[in-house]
Amino acid sequence: MDLGQINPILLIASLMVASTPILLAALGELVVEKAGVLNLGVEGMMITGAVVGFAIGVNTGAPLMGFGAAALAGAALSLLFGFITQILKSNQVATGLALTLFGIGLSALIGKPYVGIKAPSFPRLDIPLLSDIPVLGPILFRHDLMVYVSLALVVAVWLILARTRAGLILRAVGENHAAAHALGYKVVRVRLAAIAFGGALAGLGGAYVSLVRVPQWTEGMTAGAGWIALAIVVFASWRPWRVLLGAYLFGGVTVLQLNLQAAAAQFPLASLPIIALLVLFWDSMSQQRRGLPLSTRRKVVYLAVVLVCLPATFLWWNVWTTFKVEFLSMSPYLVTILVLVLISVRGTHGAPASLGRVFHAST
Amino acid sequence: MNITRSLLAGAALALGLAGTAAAESHGGPVKAGFIYVGPVGDGGWTYEHDQARLKLEEHFGDAVETIYQESVPEGADAERAITQMALSGADIIFTTSFGFMDATVAVAEKFPDIKFEHATGYKMADNLAVYSARFYEGRAVQGLIAGHMTESNIVGYIASFPVPEVIRGINSAYLHAKEVNPDVQFKIIWAYTWFDPAKEADAAKALIEQGADVILQHTDSTAPQAAAQAAGNVITFGQASDMYEYAPTPRVSSIIDNWAPYYIERVQAVMDGTWESSNTWDGIGPGMVGIGEITDAVPADVKAEAEALRDAIAAGDYHPFTGPINKQDGSAWLAEGEIADDATLAAMDFFVEGITAEIPN
Repeated sequence: MDLGQINPILLIASLMVASTPILLAALGELVVEKAGVLNLGVEGMMITGAVVGFAIGVNTGAPLMGFGAAALAGAALSLLFGFITQILKSNQVATGLALTLFGIGLSALIGKPYVGIKAPSFPRLDIPLLSDIPVLGPILFRHDLMVYVSLALVVAVWLILARTRAGLILRAVGENHAAAHALGYKVVRVRLAAIAFGGALAGLGGAYVSLVRVPQWTEGMTAGAGWIALAIVVFASWRPWRVLLGAYLFGGVTVLQLNLQAAAAQFPLASLPIIALLVLFWDSMSQQRRGLPLSTRRKVVYLAVVLVCLPATFLWWNVWTTFKVEFLSMSPYLVTILVLVLISVRGTHGAPASLGRVFHAST
Repeated sequence: MNITRSLLAGAALALGLAGTAAAESHGGPVKAGFIYVGPVGDGGWTYEHDQARLKLEEHFGDAVETIYQESVPEGADAERAITQMALSGADIIFTTSFGFMDATVAVAEKFPDIKFEHATGYKMADNLAVYSARFYEGRAVQGLIAGHMTESNIVGYIASFPVPEVIRGINSAYLHAKEVNPDVQFKIIWAYTWFDPAKEADAAKALIEQGADVILQHTDSTAPQAAAQAAGNVITFGQASDMYEYAPTPRVSSIIDNWAPYYIERVQAVMDGTWESSNTWDGIGPGMVGIGEITDAVPADVKAEAEALRDAIAAGDYHPFTGPINKQDGSAWLAEGEIADDATLAAMDFFVEGITAEIPN
């Protein structure tokens, strides 16, 4: 085990860059789902944002213009979804999937002339004074503008959803659209606004991939980030701060596995079963604290996890030495699945009650 | 017959085959099909195959017709794509990635009248030829430059899959880096993809953060070049294509695949009716592997040394795998002056002595 070659400060800093696209997209989707709409077209909106952002960024030489155009393109595409699902009342799942396919094809078409072209540089924004703080400076205060924007958006979304009247209306529409309608709120309008916001953020996330993280345009370059963003919304139980946590966790494991490979390190995933057991422990403690008895269902799941985890820990070493790199490559997805399982065990998902349901004003 | 054929071709076109309409009859032009693993705009591997396809069209004019399908995933879906191309009336089909091997073998069995050519593989049949380039010759030149240029003595290597071609490249680069710089160390990341710009960029960043100041890549996109440029003070090499848009730094040289002469020769053979299954493995000498211009970021003496190595390999005076070379576990592989045979090289599944990383199973 030689972890000494991995610099934790640089690791955390690059984790933030790797996580920003999924953070933006997941945050947008969170708002959409909070309004009761399930838009599975995140991947399509991201890749369209990626190509439009890149094209405008290259043509104007100003990455910020690119980001703006990407947000507009994502919003425009999402409003297509909004029109079909909210006005024409189509099925949201099918329409969302179609949007993804459409976006991937459209982006390939738009992107043809931009293959092999270099992106305009998007400078890092070192915040004076703060960026000189040891340890914290390089981690937190030496990023590009969009990293700060994404963090500010987490705060803004949380504040608006939790503390403002507009947020309350949006949540009401998502929880019970019939009641919100009866109170005189414009359900369809609120939802269209949420959908457009979600599309804009997905577009920004895509543009971050093509303008900053890679930075260049290639077909299919978002490579499933939109689906990860969708999973993170569930992972986060529809809460903005947990979206941040989920996005950074996923980005973190992605970056960590590459670093571990480069350092030829032996450690990592053996700790997964242990983490699972710790989470179980934490879960039972929090149930106790709330004064809730452990349900039979919970006990069965506990037992199952323990039965799987204990032998897994012991068996790990043999398997590990055989499939080390393969496990590292799939670790971001393994961790996501593991956390999703644990979250669903906890029962209350926090999903908006009207999520994915079609709203008819007459009923 | 013609109607069925046109219908099938039409269906294939609708399903995503780019290209022109099917040949009218057997007396018409020879139809050459290409299956690509990435988009033609990847700027690397697939780009060069497509450039060769265009040169093929230029060379033969109306006598040849080409079709291609890009971004075909390796695995089960490849068989469907190759079958479609066979049904659309292709006379010869080039499948241009190692992972298409079994799919090509399966389709070749079903269409004995169509000629198949699989790049970088080793399974042959009466109507299935294999061809590849001795990229390891280019890797030797890269390794020499890398060994001279690194100041941190850490060379980062973005590998794709643990297949012989990639392992050969790592060994060749390492041996020649070590020869000029005994302290050099290779850090290797297996990306498990030929083409995923975001992952390739992240891998390059991870290597740079761990001190690598030279990045070699065996993946197809230019993303590692962009990452190196952003980091500054890191040099890279164009992979498969010249990637000259990143010169003079970070890209200081490149390995360029030149498939056009081979494609022209093979299609000519189909026209003449002289096509035979064969195993072609050409290097710098015959021109299948080119070394891209070494930029001024490389000191003149290093450049001269690299060019001398290139010329020696081209002339056949020097083989990059010349003993004494030990395997990673310390056991002897090649004795003093002994030269590796092609069979061992084609199936290479071990690292040479000095590399600290492991090959995943």
